[in-house]
Amino acid sequence: MSVAKPLPHDSARLHVTGQATYVDDLPMQPGTLHLAFGMAQIARGRVQEMDLDAVRAAPGVVRVWTAEDLPGPCDCSASPLHDEPLLTDEVLYDGQPIFLVAATSHLAARKAARLGKITYAEETPILTIDEALAASSRFEGGPIVWEKGAPDDGIASAPRRLSGSLTMGGQEHFYLEGQAAQVTPLEAEELLVQASTQHPTEIQHKVAEALGLNMGDVRVEMRRMGGGFGGKESQGNWLAIACAVVAAATGRPARMRYDRDDDMVLTGKRHDARVDYEVGFDDDGRVLGLDVTQLIRCGWSMDLSLPVADRAMLHADSSYDLPAIRITSHRLKTNTASNTAYRGFGGPQGMLGMERIIDHIAHELGRDPVEVRRANYYAEAPPLREHGPDKPEVDDTPDTPDREAPDSFSRADEVSSGTGRGRPFAGEHSPKPKAQTTPYGMEVTDFILHEITAKLLESSDYAARKRAVAEFNTAGGALRKGLAFSPVKFGISFTLTHLNQAGALVHVYQDGSIRLNHGGTEMGQGLNQKVAQVTAARFGVEASRVRITATDTGKVPNTSATAASSGADLNGMAAANAADTIRERMAEVVAKHLQGEPEEVRFEDSRVHLGGASVSFEEAAKLTYESRVSLSASGFYKTPHLHWDRLKGQGRPFFYFAYGAAVTEVLLDTRTGENRILRTDILHDVGASLNPAIDIGQIEGAYVQGAGWLTTEELAWDGKGRLRTHAPSTYKIPACSDRPEEFNVTLHSGENRSETIYRSKAVGEPPFMLAISAFLALSNACAACGPAYPALEAPATPEHVLEAIRRARGA
Amino acid sequence: MQIDLTINQKSYSLELDSRVTLLDAIREHVGLTGSKKGCDHGQCGACTVLVNGRRINACLSLAAMHDGDEITTVEGLSDGELSPLQAAFIKEDGFQCGYCTPGQLCSATGMLQEISEGWPSHVSDSLDGPYELSEAELSERMSGNLCRCSCYPGINAAIRSVGEKA
Ligand code: FES
Ligand code: FES
Repeated sequence: MSVAKPLPHDSARLHVTGQATYVDDLPMQPGTLHLAFGMAQIARGRVQEMDLDAVRAAPGVVRVWTAEDLPGPCDCSASPLHDEPLLTDEVLYDGQPIFLVAATSHLAARKAARLGKITYAEETPILTIDEALAASSRFEGGPIVWEKGAPDDGIASAPRRLSGSLTMGGQEHFYLEGQAAQVTPLEAEELLVQASTQHPTEIQHKVAEALGLNMGDVRVEMRRMGGGFGGKESQGNWLAIACAVVAAATGRPARMRYDRDDDMVLTGKRHDARVDYEVGFDDDGRVLGLDVTQLIRCGWSMDLSLPVADRAMLHADSSYDLPAIRITSHRLKTNTASNTAYRGFGGPQGMLGMERIIDHIAHELGRDPVEVRRANYYAEAPPLREHGPDKPEVDDTPDTPDREAPDSFSRADEVSSGTGRGRPFAGEHSPKPKAQTTPYGMEVTDFILHEITAKLLESSDYAARKRAVAEFNTAGGALRKGLAFSPVKFGISFTLTHLNQAGALVHVYQDGSIRLNHGGTEMGQGLNQKVAQVTAARFGVEASRVRITATDTGKVPNTSATAASSGADLNGMAAANAADTIRERMAEVVAKHLQGEPEEVRFEDSRVHLGGASVSFEEAAKLTYESRVSLSASGFYKTPHLHWDRLKGQGRPFFYFAYGAAVTEVLLDTRTGENRILRTDILHDVGASLNPAIDIGQIEGAYVQGAGWLTTEELAWDGKGRLRTHAPSTYKIPACSDRPEEFNVTLHSGENRSETIYRSKAVGEPPFMLAISAFLALSNACAACGPAYPALEAPATPEHVLEAIRRARGA
Repeated sequence: MQIDLTINQKSYSLELDSRVTLLDAIREHVGLTGSKKGCDHGQCGACTVLVNGRRINACLSLAAMHDGDEITTVEGLSDGELSPLQAAFIKEDGFQCGYCTPGQLCSATGMLQEISEGWPSHVSDSLDGPYELSEAELSERMSGNLCRCSCYPGINAAIRSVGEKA
């Protein structure tokens, strides 16, 4: 069977030979216009006068647009607020597009875009979290508050209390391929958009809306991205709409790509945030009451900030059963780039906040943070049964019935035996009659972190290394080591419930070859390969028989963004559904041919079997065609069991949770703050892996990227709201030498308890948060410098590390 | 001005503005789009090509400086059959999105050559070789090629597997 095999990425050969094409590699069509934005030079104010004569006169310039020249507002926003006009006179952040240049070359457009003479009526920008709070500059009127139990009583009556605060920076996506789009005008107003985007349907929708076309008039094609990480979920709208405006007005193809510095200035980033907390706990470190406030800097427009901030709240519990908690979330509007989706989508901010709190508690009690974590964990789910999967759950989605998941997706032979460790550290808190619930009322029924933790502590030799680190640190000198463990529990599903759907289109040709199209987009995560493996497995053929084609809104419509780690879960199911429709039709034809019952037909080893007889898959396809039976089908899937009220903060927003844990050891120079990761051990849960090689790559990459966020990647704005870190020379992403010197990644084998495609689990985002262990290890090394809690800020740059060391020393 | 380049063993005679970078000449004028533009400032390595066997960032160099030079891009690393490095990148999963891959491959090809010729690096113990392909040497010598997907474990494993055989 083709699933569970570590097959290489489907484009592997194309990548190593330079044949894999991205948007800017498309052959240039004659007459193509190249675009660049004229960008505002202030963070807030109004354009008073705009003299663009020099721009128009510059060599190569064909035409220039200001807001007035557009066919309408040409809104680029992914939010319902419609607050992102393509061009504007009202400047809300430094770099905001105020005019658009079309020229005969990329360089000519960029050069001309700098020649505008603009005068502004400047206003004082709101830049920081504190400034926004003071001015009550925010989205949604006031903060969103969710509460469970009685947190104030819990804190007041607890034997111990503490409070603190953690500031965490944002993160630039730095997808190696910058934003890019091309629009080609076709006949009768039809537009073909080729864009580097995680969300072709959104581009289609926004382009149509901007130009007053129907969605059916716009086709979006997306073969692959050179990285996305969330940065191409909504940020590509600008380029596609700009190209569409130009193509529609001139009848010429238009192409736009941002130069790297412009990309970093123009586009949104991970939300930077501050988490304030007050917590009451007992002598074992068990949290009895918690009041946590999340201050999220959203930037100038709404974009995806609300669901990002929601997800931060949804992960404020991290992996812990909290009896009484209040989560307050402020979504602050500032005159900075509009922060957007980034791998984890708010989850990392919420989770880092809680892990900091536990770390702080452990320091206060002088206990090993691992023990405090285990004391607060949710209860372990019972081990999986030895034979076969659980009975399918009854779908309780409160709308129309689902087309159910294809059955028999489980591989009983690969069910993890489970260790039967039960609930080793639940102690006096168990047994619980009912499943524990998260702060938002969802039952946690698949918790496996007790087992993962025990295994990882053993395989990483945690106890002995902890002693060795302590010895190293007592020896003195300028160097300190730190060691830390952190868990991950990450909710899988879009929190906007209706997005949890997907479509696919499968064709079998009369020679037995297969062509596959689905709504997901490939950005390196191996989605196409996984979905092809699923499709091949349904037909019992090898994956190489399946040709994967570019994502195309003309083939599979109304798709959701490839985001929330859901790509394989959703599109794999949709493709399986389409394949099964064809398979049933083929089974009937073959059954007739071999004189048996369709139910007895099996698709295996590239043959179609019935009893002892069989025909090749090719013959079966030919027979089906000659019987005048369709060999093409579309498939559909929607995730079952979801119901969610975001304002109340109640329901089941997630289909399941993905789990993992990491132990990281670091070395720190206390004189300079310089530091590096010595060793990382990871045990991560991907359910029954669809492709172990791809999954391990995702875990390694996510960890390193997460460690970048928490260590070297620092965004700096000056007092006027200008981003000063707008190139890799000033913004440091991890290089080869920054990965852990020793890096042990293991997949936790076990099936997803929820009925996902072949019982696999999503993998794109969850391992990003394993990097929290690196941050905590650095904090641990700082704590070895003195008696006080170091309260390290993120990212742990040398400056922040030195401050933390000073705090630890009580200076 | 007229510039003659040999790219992947084919001769090109190009009429170019003297300010055109080697990268733009290769991508836009010759139409070989395998070499990528990640930053255009010499900071990411996506544009790495080999000039007379030595690796350079093509975005930082003017085409006019290479009149008569022999250039190899990722498209020229294989002649039908994959080079050992290309095959190793596939075997060891040395990429995800693939955007850095052409640069990584050209850079690694040049780097292995530098080691075999005994060029020291910043982390080398002595100035006269020979040098082992240690983790430290490899990380240092490949630090100019960023991979945002952070496939460094796979990239390193691929390069080592070839370097050790050489
Ligand atoms: S594009 Fe040349 S180094 Fe980045
Ligand atoms: S594979 Fe994506 S940047 Fe290296």
